[in-house]
Amino acid sequence: MSEHRLPEPDRPWVMRTYAGHSSARESNELYRRNLEKGQTGLSVAFDLPTQTGYDPDHELARGEVGKVGVSIAHKGDMQTLLGGIPLDQMNTSMTINATAAWLLGLYMAVAEENGVDPGRLQGTTQNDIIKEFLSRGTYAFPPAPSMRLIRDMIAFTVDAVPKWNPINVCSYHLQEAGATPVQEIAYSLSTAQAVLDEVRSRVPEDTFPRVFGRISFFVNAGIRFVEEHAKLRALGELWEQLGRERYGVEDPRYLRLRYGVQVNSLGLTESQPENNVIRIVLEALAVTLGRNARARAIQLPAWNEALGLPRPWDQQWSLRIQQILAYETDLLEYPDIFEGSKVMKGLVEELVEGARAEMAVVAEHGGAVEAVDYMKTQLVESHRARIAAIESGEQKVIGQNAFTSTEPSPLREGEDAGIMTVDPGVERAQIEAVETWRSERDAAAVAAALEELTTAARDDSVNVMPATLAAARAGATTGEWAAALREVFGEYRAPTGVSGAAAAPDGAALAELREKVERVSTALGRRIKILVGKPGLDGHSNGAEQIAVRARDAGMDVVYEGIRLSPARIAQAAVQEGVHVVGLSILSGSHRELIPTVLHQLDEAGANVPVVVGGIIPPADEIALLEAGVARVYTPKDFEISRIMGDVVDLVADRYGVAAEAA
Amino acid sequence: MAVDGATLGRRLRERDTAAAPAALNLIEDRSPAGREQAAALLGEVSPGALGGEAPAHLIGVTGPPGAGKSSLLSALVDLWRGRDRTVAVLAVDPSSKRSGGSLLGDRARIDHDPADDGILIRSTAAGTRLGGLAPPTREATQALAAAFDLVVVETVGVGQSETDVEDVSDTVAVVVQPGSGDTLQFLKAGIMEVPDVLVVTKADQGGTALRARRDLAGALGALGCPETPVLAVSSLPPPTGVEELVEALEAHRSRLDVRAVRLRARRMAALADFTAEHGERALRALGGRRAAEAYLADQDPTLDASALGGRLEQRARSSA
Repeated sequence: MSEHRLPEPDRPWVMRTYAGHSSARESNELYRRNLEKGQTGLSVAFDLPTQTGYDPDHELARGEVGKVGVSIAHKGDMQTLLGGIPLDQMNTSMTINATAAWLLGLYMAVAEENGVDPGRLQGTTQNDIIKEFLSRGTYAFPPAPSMRLIRDMIAFTVDAVPKWNPINVCSYHLQEAGATPVQEIAYSLSTAQAVLDEVRSRVPEDTFPRVFGRISFFVNAGIRFVEEHAKLRALGELWEQLGRERYGVEDPRYLRLRYGVQVNSLGLTESQPENNVIRIVLEALAVTLGRNARARAIQLPAWNEALGLPRPWDQQWSLRIQQILAYETDLLEYPDIFEGSKVMKGLVEELVEGARAEMAVVAEHGGAVEAVDYMKTQLVESHRARIAAIESGEQKVIGQNAFTSTEPSPLREGEDAGIMTVDPGVERAQIEAVETWRSERDAAAVAAALEELTTAARDDSVNVMPATLAAARAGATTGEWAAALREVFGEYRAPTGVSGAAAAPDGAALAELREKVERVSTALGRRIKILVGKPGLDGHSNGAEQIAVRARDAGMDVVYEGIRLSPARIAQAAVQEGVHVVGLSILSGSHRELIPTVLHQLDEAGANVPVVVGGIIPPADEIALLEAGVARVYTPKDFEISRIMGDVVDLVADRYGVAAEAA
Repeated sequence: MAVDGATLGRRLRERDTAAAPAALNLIEDRSPAGREQAAALLGEVSPGALGGEAPAHLIGVTGPPGAGKSSLLSALVDLWRGRDRTVAVLAVDPSSKRSGGSLLGDRARIDHDPADDGILIRSTAAGTRLGGLAPPTREATQALAAAFDLVVVETVGVGQSETDVEDVSDTVAVVVQPGSGDTLQFLKAGIMEVPDVLVVTKADQGGTALRARRDLAGALGALGCPETPVLAVSSLPPPTGVEELVEALEAHRSRLDVRAVRLRARRMAALADFTAEHGERALRALGGRRAAEAYLADQDPTLDASALGGRLEQRARSSA
């Protein structure tokens, strides 16, 4: 046997595609086609109402039903979603957090109905609420009860569904929010530690090593793929140490870092989008190259994510990247190819050291839950620095700020302009379907189950999973489950992190912008005031945060309320705050429904202010929005924030009839 | 922009809360034409025009960042609206010194129904003047007091800005969270004035909240103010202590000679504004602070602060 070859090539990782849209039926068809193409696991994308605990007919669900994922309102939907898929053999990953306990309940209820013992189910519920507070925004309850739900799920599954990963601690979304590799490691490990500390007192001591072993991670890999690989090795090293030193885990099976991955979307560009395929391949190498830190499961984004929703063909292309890596290349034939590398060792040491120091800061704040404010501020700051580097050209992005001359891309020439659009009729159909469901079920049984759930939620010493499972079996809806818990737990708004962001370094461009803001403000009589708003349920707030911070640095008064605002609330804020301009950000694809509603509400409220919109907005939609009365539309290709700001000041000057330029 | 300040002022006087946002825009307007219209507006809501002091209860809520002011305000607003009392909240944020810009995010944390026109929340930047309050905050308070039942001025800080809050409030509540010793130290050292009501938040934290409450009550006793109420509240559902807080605020107001307090505040504000605008030298031209105060005491008590400021300027001009 040789030292540089494995006796047998390794088995490939689990290959998934993050997929789901519209209804359970359409998503089920998509899943079955994907499995036929050689996908080996499922990764379910839920729509935002399902993720935040609202039924399709709730006011806040408007425009979001079936958009970024599938709408699952009850066990009937779940049954349809999984139709024809053998649950005892499938490995299903669900990107679900605030409502994770509920979706697991539905999954188990469906398994029971199909005659599958829940004890045999395999898969993952994402269930990392801290990164929802920090980055992704689909939280529903305040921190303490959210942590309790996670704790209850872990304590429940460790025996009832022993092959289930009840939580997938996410560094993925931290990178999407701008985290450096050190921050990614430190914040995700701090999160895991907070969760483990919470669970430790709730399970028997001899069960705890198994609990530790069930914690998995969901990571990101960016374009600096050598350092990114080192990051995963560093994470593995620190994870093992944490297990040994803090929790006394000794069994190597439980100490090994297990992670799944979705590679970076933040760096994917709207300009020359074909280049994204190359980026995705390189990022896939970061998580597969070295055997000692190779991913257990991989899903890759599609080349056109910065343009709109990917089509099945786009996702197939990404699956083929995985299959070529696993089946055509010789990647799986060798032991770890970085063992003995001085460079890799040095990189890992650097990251381990940096992450330890940052974890100590989080610990000083009282741990990950208490440090949400601190971590959020750090992330906003890192993201600000990243954007500044791209704006200045210091960080090169090919096709966007370097080598920008290009031939027209044939990939976007099709009738669909290279993206998928969800049929707006889906929402209507889902609303009717949930109404029918409610009218046909045993109402008394549902009421009793929800009552039981409320009782369990009120008592911190009771595990909410059994009552959740009973409510799932009885036919309760996603919105009903969450409403019962909201009643007991209350609601919450996460910190926006913007007020602590450092001011942008002074530069000529910013100085010029400030002068212009001063000039226009003086002419207006008071400082330019802007409302930055995120309508709908979309929690991806990074863009809105950066706009808010830059507007402040440019000298404006900025009202930023964070995510999840109803159009009525945005209109009210615009009027009461007396703003000169409203900026809206939407990335969930619900702009065609929500933006006109905001415009209408502003009209009703008598606010005659210009509205600008930013987000992933395809050209055809841009035209429609401008026709509906939006003053400006910005998309990912407009990466120079100072230029956007200058444009907004010109718009304000023009609308209020004052001069923008010095006389 | 042709905005008629007098009309806005009259609408406020008729308790038309919908006129408030435009009135606040005008009050913030620093252009000469804006100032002129704002003066007309304020004249319409002066004690003279109102036929007495505005009946609103002016409440200052202040405390360090993270003390839970906004959650507390959510609970208060909820209770007041439940009793059909109209509420205006002025949330004052510190602004960035370098760019002059600011990030105002407090309204998000105050839960309210967007369709309810009995609640107004307005964020405002503290601006560059030293001390805690935005220059137009006092004028805004005066305008809102004509139309709303309650006007709350929320500021960040402990120790420094309370005096400013005091100038625009009938009742000042200082909010602290358990385990933060600063307020206790500031109180003991006399850096901070004794507020009318002290509120300890996060009462759900049990022991620490109790301890904080006891320590503060002890310090107040030692300072000779044992009757100052110290209340514990929890804003988590179900909120506790909020009704007691409302009672304490009302009790303070009912003991107050509102007319005297506000008259004194108007005179102090006129003098402060005059000095900030024209400097100590101009003050000396009036014969010094004491003489200026005596002069103000002779003026019509129903004039608002800006009108009083105008009188001071007139006198300075005639004595020059």
